[in-house]
Amino acid sequence: MAEMRKVMCESIIEEMKKNDKIVVINSDLGKANGTLPIADVFPDRLFDAGVAEQNMAAVAAGMASYGMVPIINSFCAFATRRICDQAAISIAYAGQNVKIIGTDPGITAELNGGTHMTFEDIAVMRSIPNMVIMEPCDEAELRQMIAAMCEYEGPVYMRLYRKVTEPVHGEDYRFRMGKADVLKEGRDVSVICSGILVQEALAAEKELAAKGIDAEIINIHTIKPIDRKAIVDTARKTGVLVTAENHNILGGLRSAVAEVVTEESPVKIYPVGVNNLKGEVGKLAYLKEQFGLTAGAIVAAAEKAVAGK
Amino acid sequence: MDKEKKAYLEKQAVEVRKCIFRAIGAAGQGHIGGCLSVADLTTALYFHILNVDPENPRMEGRDRVVLSKGHAGPALYATLALKGYFPVEELDTLNQPHTNLPSHCDMTKTPGIDMTAGSLGQGLACAVGIAKAAKMCGGKEYIYAVIGDGESQEGSIWEASMAAAHYKLDNLIVFLDYNKLQIDGPVAEVMSLGDPAEKWKAFGFKVFEADGHNVEAIVDTVAEAKKEQDGRPVMIVLHTVKGKGVSFVEAAGVGNHSMPLSAEQVAAAVAELDGEVK
Repeated sequence: MAEMRKVMCESIIEEMKKNDKIVVINSDLGKANGTLPIADVFPDRLFDAGVAEQNMAAVAAGMASYGMVPIINSFCAFATRRICDQAAISIAYAGQNVKIIGTDPGITAELNGGTHMTFEDIAVMRSIPNMVIMEPCDEAELRQMIAAMCEYEGPVYMRLYRKVTEPVHGEDYRFRMGKADVLKEGRDVSVICSGILVQEALAAEKELAAKGIDAEIINIHTIKPIDRKAIVDTARKTGVLVTAENHNILGGLRSAVAEVVTEESPVKIYPVGVNNLKGEVGKLAYLKEQFGLTAGAIVAAAEKAVAGK
Repeated sequence: MDKEKKAYLEKQAVEVRKCIFRAIGAAGQGHIGGCLSVADLTTALYFHILNVDPENPRMEGRDRVVLSKGHAGPALYATLALKGYFPVEELDTLNQPHTNLPSHCDMTKTPGIDMTAGSLGQGLACAVGIAKAAKMCGGKEYIYAVIGDGESQEGSIWEASMAAAHYKLDNLIVFLDYNKLQIDGPVAEVMSLGDPAEKWKAFGFKVFEADGHNVEAIVDTVAEAKKEQDGRPVMIVLHTVKGKGVSFVEAAGVGNHSMPLSAEQVAAAVAELDGEVK
């Protein structure tokens, strides 16, 4: 198992070999995000914007207008909140092919604490027209996601946990942008999850099975555009949903799922996520408990969901 | 510059101003002051300085223009129309439903617009990106950016300026439309820029100052700036007058940032401008 940031860097280098228009821009987080090794292969195609994320974003838009494919990176907080206007206008509104990678989504900002803890990045980016949003849950997904992101023509925001991640997918996994993965089929309740909550959902599934509840687990790696069909299908199949996200339940995955089912197949949704709280400092295990982003929380929500059917 | 060329450019500047009145007059209201203050610059650029082709607006290797003070869009549209990018009659659609000519520049809509701008402070950074990309690709073109003085209160202008010097973008020429007025009052009172020439010098630019209403001076200053590419980006501080060229707009002073224009006012403006042509 490798660190996700290492996998990201390797995958970007692979794409840079295929497409000489790809350039990578750091914002003084090249070390943290693991992008510095790009310079060993393509010294002229990696450069730094300094601690000036807004400038980085608009510079990238200008480069894209010239035909380049810039990949900019920072922590999620500064790759979304900080550059919101640049992302909305110079990138998305102007139709520029810029890729935005944010690391340390939600509680994974850990010891950087509340100032660096984005519970609103999905909400911010989701409301920008044409912005695609992706969140990988493991190495295999990330590798293919980077390739898909580079092939896709248009703005993309990726929220990435940059540390070591347990594998979710098998070797035969095929990532398809915009197509949700049914990780496990079930009949009683659907758990729709993304990012680090996928591991929690899979652990919850086993606990639920032991309790006689057959849960369907769906991984939403493309948060926008969301796979409407997969959501409607699972809602019709199990009749009740649990959403699980490392984000504020206002404006994030719960909201995105609710927008679909309220239009097409109304069912109850029991959300697991940050319930309109501010971030705080701590290690991941503590923060998971503190904000209720655990397998246990998913089990409890699923039990409630089944009981409420 | 020979006399004939100078007279031609001056006449074109009058035509550009008349077209600005046509567009904003058709819309009934618009950013007339800041359009008139850059009219001589857009004329000098499109009718003398730039390597562009209105028949092929996306021509590879063309010089590029980013109007960072995007609210002067109508000045650029007037210039582009006269240059032949689209019919002059289209100026009458400014801000109308389904128009290709919105208040602020939109590269996805208007032939000849190289970058979307309007959220102040961003266009200069986009121009820096274009210039950086051109350098990386070995392009020989120049990238021109036009920024406002009020706009220069945006921090992002200074982030972009720092980056332009750091990346050694001597293919970037920035014009400051220094008309010294903004919506709420004189720039010096709202939020003073101090001495902009000194500020950009300190940021590592090669700085020039010129009369922004003298096409010959603009052309000569650009030529001087391009004589030697020494790694420094160029700032040309253009001393301008908001509303320049039409007395009632100029007299409105701070009120001319955006003002309504009646058909009578448009006719009076056109008559006054025609009177200037010798």
